Amino acid sequence: MGEPDAGGRFGRFGGRFVPETLMPACIELDAAFRDAWADPEFRSELDGLLTDYAGRPSPLTECHRLSAELGVRVLLKREDLNHTGSHKINNVLGQALLTKRMGKKRLVAETGAGQHGVATATAAALMGFECTVYMGEVDMERQKLNVFRMRLLGAEVKPASSGSRTLKDAVNEAMRDWVATVETSHYCLGSVMGPHPYPWMVRELHRVLGAEAREQSRTLLGGSDPDVVVACVGGGSNAAGIFSGFADTTAELVGVEPAGGAAVGAGVPGVVHGMASFLMQDEWGQVEEAHSISAGLDYPGVGPEHAHLADTGRATYHPVTDDEVINAFQVLSRTEGIIPALEPAHALAWVIREAPALAGRTVLVNLSGRGDKDVAQMMDILEDKL
Amino acid sequence: MDPGPLEVHLRARREAGAKLLVPYLTGGLGNWTEVVRAVADAGADTVEIGIPFSDPVMDGPTIQAASERALAEGTTPETVFSGLRGIDAGVPVLAMTYYNLVFHMGDERFAGEMAEAGFSGMILPDVPMEEQGPWRAAADEAGIETVLLAGPITPDDRLQAVCDRSRGYVYGVNLMGVTGERASLGEQAARLAGRLKAATDKPVLMGFGVSTPEQAVEVAEVSDGVIVGTALVRRLLDGGGADEAHRFISDLRRALDDT
Repeated sequence: MGEPDAGGRFGRFGGRFVPETLMPACIELDAAFRDAWADPEFRSELDGLLTDYAGRPSPLTECHRLSAELGVRVLLKREDLNHTGSHKINNVLGQALLTKRMGKKRLVAETGAGQHGVATATAAALMGFECTVYMGEVDMERQKLNVFRMRLLGAEVKPASSGSRTLKDAVNEAMRDWVATVETSHYCLGSVMGPHPYPWMVRELHRVLGAEAREQSRTLLGGSDPDVVVACVGGGSNAAGIFSGFADTTAELVGVEPAGGAAVGAGVPGVVHGMASFLMQDEWGQVEEAHSISAGLDYPGVGPEHAHLADTGRATYHPVTDDEVINAFQVLSRTEGIIPALEPAHALAWVIREAPALAGRTVLVNLSGRGDKDVAQMMDILEDKL
Repeated sequence: MDPGPLEVHLRARREAGAKLLVPYLTGGLGNWTEVVRAVADAGADTVEIGIPFSDPVMDGPTIQAASERALAEGTTPETVFSGLRGIDAGVPVLAMTYYNLVFHMGDERFAGEMAEAGFSGMILPDVPMEEQGPWRAAADEAGIETVLLAGPITPDDRLQAVCDRSRGYVYGVNLMGVTGERASLGEQAARLAGRLKAATDKPVLMGFGVSTPEQAVEVAEVSDGVIVGTALVRRLLDGGGADEAHRFISDLRRALDDT
């Protein structure tokens, strides 16, 4: 997984479809990130934060009981053990340091399930920035705990009340805010999507998790790589992070999408939120609403590099249903004592479904977040059944 | 490239001493075709017709709401094209929309259908110069003039390139932000208008935030004219029809003519 071209393209996807008023900011950000990423001092400061504040490296856990049950050797990259509960902190700490370097003092972000919002609010508190997080009204209701956490951390949470009132609309609102405040605010985008340089920059900031997983699995597997690397895909940031560690191996790369929000599986090429990518849309090109049990994956598009990986066949993408996800959520909890977030439960759901075909193979799953935020929602669904 | 009919029309009006007045309204919203005729009759020099999109990131709440309502009423690019085909607006007409609708249909087909429906120009706020290629080729071929936008923090080199490549007119965005009414437009608008006028002889129209006759006069003093969108669309959303649109645009026309 290399650099995009000068126009920010991965193959036929990516680019920079933003209002002219945002072009100077995109160009500035591209230059600032290139400069910072090549600067050993910046890298060392970020590494220090990732270690001492976020708790990296995250461990690799072998799931003995689940493996026995499935007949598949399952390893988990434990991004759920990071500070704030998911992989999101890697990207946010990088972008927050970059914000400081650019002399800006306010972060704007969108959030679906709230994990990126919580991570952004956390970094803002750590560095003394103002912070505004846009969240769909529907998601604010589904994820009350994270709304409270963001407010506790000092962020302002603003409801996105247009359209489907979910993640897609939160992105629209965050972009509108950014257009109006671009001289003083940095848009801390939460996935490998949006206009260049975001898809590339966010993937680079998550590369750490892929590099760790590669090294850890080689140690565990006596110098070999896993046969299959699996991650859930909404925008696709955790998948981009783990895929980046294995792109140059023979490991199969598998992205798992919610059946109701399968941009790669059910979408066609389109342009929204600053990028050309696969997009769920109607016969006229109006963007369709995604539906998923997980607010974090409720997004009708996907990062452009995933579209490119699908195009070239380097990675494959598969849908799973909400019911399969609910089952996977329970299976991992019961067999390993790990309650996953609903997002990575998608990746596990695919492994459980495909277990007969995967028999005897080693599968690495990126456990991108922990399930605390989803427990209340799952209690409503499962209480009578347990 | 030689000026197209839209630019020729606007230059002629400017040379006759007029300040240019360009209303924006949402295609498909209520009796919009009657409103197009009414605002042209009230003295609009050209009319921008929005083709509604589900995710209009450059628009504020009023135009978003108008887009949502028009979409709910079944508006599609085709219904806007056929609506325009059915009327003679009497002035050149532009479309303003977001790129996915064009991309989805195909640049060439979209441009061809626009031209066939009677559109003279196109504004795509989410397509900066660097991404213009396929659309621009198709639009030029179909005779559609593509208007480019410049904003208050567009640096000099980009500003010049925008002016050089824009066709029809150059769209100056008065302020950093999305479409919507503002109490005050301030220094930023005047500075940008001055920079644009210094960079090009093409008509320079200023939009975003202009909502009253006083503001129109203020902004037109430093430019060739104004674009008025949200203030008109709000009246239409509130139930005002073609008559009210006619009154509002007539007031703006009078204010501009009296200066």
